[in-house]
Amino acid sequence: MTMIFGIPLQAFLGQLLIGLINGSFYALLSLGLAVIFGLLRVINFAHGVQYMLGAFAAMLMLQYFGINYWFALILSPLVVGLFGAVIERFLLSRLYKLDHLYGLLFTFGLALTLEGTFRYLYGASGQPYAVPAQLAGGTNLGFMFLPIYRGWVVVVSLLACIGTWLLIEKTKLGSYLRAATENPVLVQAFGVNVPVLLTFTYALGAGLAAFAGVLAAPVYQVSPLMGSNIIIVVFAVVVVGGMGSIMGAILTGYMLGIAEGLTKVFYPEASNIVIFVIMAIVLLLRPAGLFGRDA
Amino acid sequence: MAKPLLEVSNLNAWYGESHVLHGVNMTVGEGETITILGRNGVGKTTTLRTIVGIIRERKGEIRFDGKDMLGVPLHKTAHAGIGFVPEERGIFSTLTVEENLTLPPVVAQGGMPIEEIYELFPNLKERRSSPGTKLSGGEQQMLAIARILRTGVKLLILDEPTEGLAPVIVQRIGEVLKTLKERGMTVLLVEQNFRFASRIADRFYLMDHGQMVSEFPVSELPQRMDTLHKVLGV
Repeated sequence: MTMIFGIPLQAFLGQLLIGLINGSFYALLSLGLAVIFGLLRVINFAHGVQYMLGAFAAMLMLQYFGINYWFALILSPLVVGLFGAVIERFLLSRLYKLDHLYGLLFTFGLALTLEGTFRYLYGASGQPYAVPAQLAGGTNLGFMFLPIYRGWVVVVSLLACIGTWLLIEKTKLGSYLRAATENPVLVQAFGVNVPVLLTFTYALGAGLAAFAGVLAAPVYQVSPLMGSNIIIVVFAVVVVGGMGSIMGAILTGYMLGIAEGLTKVFYPEASNIVIFVIMAIVLLLRPAGLFGRDA
Repeated sequence: MAKPLLEVSNLNAWYGESHVLHGVNMTVGEGETITILGRNGVGKTTTLRTIVGIIRERKGEIRFDGKDMLGVPLHKTAHAGIGFVPEERGIFSTLTVEENLTLPPVVAQGGMPIEEIYELFPNLKERRSSPGTKLSGGEQQMLAIARILRTGVKLLILDEPTEGLAPVIVQRIGEVLKTLKERGMTVLLVEQNFRFASRIADRFYLMDHGQMVSEFPVSELPQRMDTLHKVLGV
């Protein structure tokens, strides 16, 4: 059997794949957090709940309306994005004039309330969501067995990340977003409706989280707690990447996912804390994060 | 005097608790170039920012093109026809030169087409894909003015356009403003540089303690020079 650093190659590649999958979710979630933080200056603690809502929306759509995975992958982010837009427009936007801490407290409270409600309605244990038939099964790559759905998650997450990056860096709308991140008052004085831009941005972040949630539903179980389980790690990812850097959030998401996966191979005991250890080191050496602009 | 485009009467403004404009009165006629003079801290920049609507704590009257502007939200000011070039220029570092140039939405017909802007400012064309803040100070000022020209606004408001720039660039900005004037643009600017202002302005307002204390046409500038030097302490 092929060995790499004293570890069977298959175990190594298997964990690498799991790292890539977790990294995909980290990237999608930290990307949304970074976009929201950049423009709204709000640390969106409700991000994990929006991810959970995405998974639940997909599951409930299937249960009650027979809407399959493929439609849910589009509909669920739209529904959760719309929900985010309503939250921003009627509640969050009232807090911008106050200290940024209020935005954090509000989204934290929102997260607790929604999570509690879903726990009350559906219990704390997870519910399964079947892998869509077209992506079921696996394929033998020769050096390892690849479940097709997991490969799909990696590819489609990467595409979603690149798509979001292109939207922000290469389009007219993206230039408004970037400019408003630098100087919202001037952009508004130029005749751009910045309040609507803020609503759109929050909805975009929430929609991305929901998209990750639908992708995650067949991999993990759909549970009210799935958001709080992942969001702490995602905050660490954002801190490592540097607040406000879009590409930084994406790259760091994948990097830390892989770092976590490989730690499982080489020193399993540390796999749960490796991301936080990296975060601590980065905070000590580069407080603005690896890709932070103020570094 | 030409038909008034901008009429400001008894304008008061506040920064939180501190009352900074104490009843500003001024008129800008269509096609005129008006310069506000005054020492540092008398409220010149505040006057511009209050007219644009960036400072929202304001009372009094601002009429633009006959329309009451006090209740107009900030993002509608440009659509009413007012363009603003701030003192710090406001070039965005995460946007390329061309993205900076095309950022402000076109609000009316009659704006300068982008090809013409590039003819007027060839440097901007050469460096269209570099980040906006990689330009020199003078080029950034040209960009800040150029991006408003595209939008078709009727009134161009400039806050100290020559501040910190080399004489040759100052001269170039003067030429650009003259060209604009020939095309019928109305311009309101704050300026410390007399020589520059005297070449382009039709009328002057002198400001002190949050009010306009005198007003005179450019023809009276020579005879007022001594007083102005004393008042402005330059």
